[in-house]
Amino acid sequence: MSMFSEILISFALVVSGIFGFVGSYGLVKLKNTLQRLHAPTKATTLGVGGVLIASMIFFYAETGHISVHELLITLFLFLTAPITANFIAKTYMAQNLRKTDLPESGGDYGWSIYDNAPEEREISEGTPRA
Amino acid sequence: MLTRLIPHPLLSLTLVLVWLGLVNTFTLGNLILGTAFGLVIPMLTAAYWPNRPRIARPLKIAEYMVIVLWDIVVANVQVAMIILFRREPNIRSHWIPIPLELTSAEAITVLAGTITMTPGTVSATLSADGRCILVHCLHTDDPDAVRDEIKTRYERRLLEIFP
Repeated sequence: MSMFSEILISFALVVSGIFGFVGSYGLVKLKNTLQRLHAPTKATTLGVGGVLIASMIFFYAETGHISVHELLITLFLFLTAPITANFIAKTYMAQNLRKTDLPESGGDYGWSIYDNAPEEREISEGTPRA
Repeated sequence: MLTRLIPHPLLSLTLVLVWLGLVNTFTLGNLILGTAFGLVIPMLTAAYWPNRPRIARPLKIAEYMVIVLWDIVVANVQVAMIILFRREPNIRSHWIPIPLELTSAEAITVLAGTITMTPGTVSATLSADGRCILVHCLHTDDPDAVRDEIKTRYERRLLEIFP
């Protein structure tokens, strides 16, 4: 492995370490659950991303083939991370916040945690297409 | 005939690419196996996709992905700065309701995911009729600017992709 690729790999690993650390530190420092939610969803995407980039460079330098497993990990991470965050946010809202703590939705219906959906479910069915 | 054989071309293509990615080596045998999955799985699951969205401009998806990836990098740095250098009492979090023009469930899902992954914002919930999304912002002095940025930067592009 060349010096150049070793430097690139080390750089990616250090960056990922820093962001991973900041994400964990955010969990300790921030005071309420919803603020804490921001730390792992953001700061760790680059943390994991750095490790994956380092891994790709390593396998390319070592074997000469481009490894795409890392891209798939990124894809699956992007599919799952927002859903986890959304579940945590909703659980927190349902347990700790009342309707009056939140701003108005501005429409005829309130937020779905507190209000029932309209009779014709446009959202779950998708809009009918011509 | 072709629509019966390939009811969901994009899903088929995704399955082939993901299969090739999983086996991590490109050979003719893997391509054939991946294509077989790409043909059979959409046929078996077609019943679960009654009103799938039409994608008007596939090339716009690539542009959208690049923008989102770039924003995620920027978001990481911004959030790290807020966590490291801002004293806790000075962090002003806001709830921001954003009225939506998108109507299809898939498009709203993509938008909600994007909001969660990018600058200091997490999408919390939808209004019961799906016309408005509630976003929690970690720190901002100007909630209206955040709303306008999400609308112009992400929602406008998604409207072009999912008309």
